Amino acid sequence: MTLLTYRDALNQALREEMQRDDRVFLMGEEVAEYDGAYKVSRGLLKEFGPKRIVDTPIAELGFAGIGVGAAMVGLRPVIEMMTWNFALLAIDQIVNAAAKMRYMSGGQFGVPIVFRGPSGAALQLGAQHSQAFESWYAHIPGLKVVAPATAADAKGLLKSSIRDDDPVIFLEGEMLYNLKGEVPEGEHVVPIGKAEIKRAGSDVTLIGHSKTVAVALKAADQLAELGVNAEVIDLRTIRPLDTEAILNSVSRTNRCVVAEEGWPFAGVGAQVVDLIQRDAFDALDAPVLRVTGADVPMPYNKHLEKAAKADVGKVVEAAKKVLYMAAS
Amino acid sequence: MATSTRPERASGDAGTAELFRHYLRQMLLIRHFEEKAGEAYSLGKIGGFCHLYIGQEAVAVGSIAALRPDDYITSAYREHGQALARGITSRAVMAELFGKATGCSHGRGGSMHLFDAGLGFLGGHAIVGSHIPIAAGAAFAIKYRGGDQVSVCYFGEAAANIGAFHETLNMASLWDLPAVFICENNGYGMGTAVARASAVKSLSARGNAYDMPAEAVDGQDVLVVREAMDRAVARARTESKPTLLEIRTYRFVGHSMSDAAHGTYRTKDEVEEYRRRDPIKVLAERMRTDGTLDDARWSALETEVKAEIDDAYTFAEASPDPDPSELYANVYAGGDAKREVRGGKAS
Repeated sequence: MTLLTYRDALNQALREEMQRDDRVFLMGEEVAEYDGAYKVSRGLLKEFGPKRIVDTPIAELGFAGIGVGAAMVGLRPVIEMMTWNFALLAIDQIVNAAAKMRYMSGGQFGVPIVFRGPSGAALQLGAQHSQAFESWYAHIPGLKVVAPATAADAKGLLKSSIRDDDPVIFLEGEMLYNLKGEVPEGEHVVPIGKAEIKRAGSDVTLIGHSKTVAVALKAADQLAELGVNAEVIDLRTIRPLDTEAILNSVSRTNRCVVAEEGWPFAGVGAQVVDLIQRDAFDALDAPVLRVTGADVPMPYNKHLEKAAKADVGKVVEAAKKVLYMAAS
Repeated sequence: MATSTRPERASGDAGTAELFRHYLRQMLLIRHFEEKAGEAYSLGKIGGFCHLYIGQEAVAVGSIAALRPDDYITSAYREHGQALARGITSRAVMAELFGKATGCSHGRGGSMHLFDAGLGFLGGHAIVGSHIPIAAGAAFAIKYRGGDQVSVCYFGEAAANIGAFHETLNMASLWDLPAVFICENNGYGMGTAVARASAVKSLSARGNAYDMPAEAVDGQDVLVVREAMDRAVARARTESKPTLLEIRTYRFVGHSMSDAAHGTYRTKDEVEEYRRRDPIKVLAERMRTDGTLDDARWSALETEVKAEIDDAYTFAEASPDPDPSELYANVYAGGDAKREVRGGKAS
């Protein structure tokens, strides 16, 4: 185990996978000579050279499509989006090409590609740079959607994603890059599609992914002070969703709160609620509640921004509601 | 930029005569295939959208003749002609149009999504211009692996106005990718004449913007197309440099099956005028002049091709639909053909 930042854990995963498989290359804006806009690719140009660490012009649609074509004929591209906000320009390639190619070719052309980059709001970056798009991509059959919350999972899930034979949307928490954690050295692979219980509990299940895992864990600490023993689940993968982990937990705790950074309408939490009401209806002692980002474009003002984000206080309040505890 | 001229090559020797006959047969095959597809569509045997290639046959035949079996081809949604010229059988293409399990995309693609991995045929793409970067991606992979294959991309002139075209041609030239970008300029993007859509009237001039060699080519003469393609392919294969070919052609039929050949955006006279330079007629007349084609040979060829198309039609009709239990097959690699892979359980 080594104490690494989430950023360096991603860097380690990229380096190890590029050493292991010469079909893997990294392409995107500023990934090479600048060492990565967020320094995830630091040092990789020096080690692997410009053939495999490829700087692009600002042309998200174009280089996303170049990645798709390269993947169709046997390479394993990792396409970095400087942020997922910019990937909106490339979404035609992700949704219309990468996700559908295997199916519409009758199984002849798979697209083993990873689209990765920072997702979600940071601090005061304004409406166009503060968005969480996991529910958009999770809606699409053919895509897998991964959103690690810890340094160890960042490494293990990125390695799995690069080895996966299908297109993977890999969402890195922009605010998580400096987060430190113990990361296993060498071959550390976390399977796609497996959630993790971050804290065992019996009174209520708090579900999060990416940044909201830390939010849920802090909420669980506060709830403990009120005598509530909360279980915290990190989804880690949004699609395919680990339905078993969710249902097992809720069938024990009988209550659930789902927290996410994204907007409420048709969000990830809506899918989780659909699952629980259908397959764990009899276990429920209260309606499942959701904590989401406010249903607004992200405001710049820091007080408004704080008000718009899912936070510990909102998760604690939601948990108290599903436990029918008096509001504080 | 150069405008190519008619090649001097004559069909005098036996090898050339055989080659010309091959071109003629392929163009006739595409023509009769498309006519049959049009009939089948009218009878409700083919669903969805269906875009015919009638009038443009020399583009696919002349250009694909310059390729090696290990080269890659990526096309748009008017791709029956390229698929057939590449060697996907008329049976497999017709069956795909019919949505049958024996189709080249196993009934999952349809007219606009023809694929054949064994022939390096990377589709059949139905979002205008979206496949241009995909073709460049195949070219990127060729260069990455140090190979000498070529990646060819076909798109209509209307696609030259979309962002993907600009982004891709810039990167292809910047990175010296072994690609040939074939802009099939048939004069209209659906019903919008090129002059109403592109500020630059000569699309080959767009190559200048990317420092990319470009040519305007007469797309009604298969021999002109072949020679221009030979130059472009050589540039890609030996120098690893891309080329933009604007191949000027004309579709004799409507944009799709729901569009009349003339009436709203173009006149009957205009269509008649272009039909005088039917690519099949252009080659056949040349061969007659050279003495390698006569009435007997022509009717023998017609009979042979029509028999092949009739066989393809019968095959497509008789073929089974895909098994409904395989609805979920190939959404993911190794996925369960019978079950959804998703957020909830299959219910």
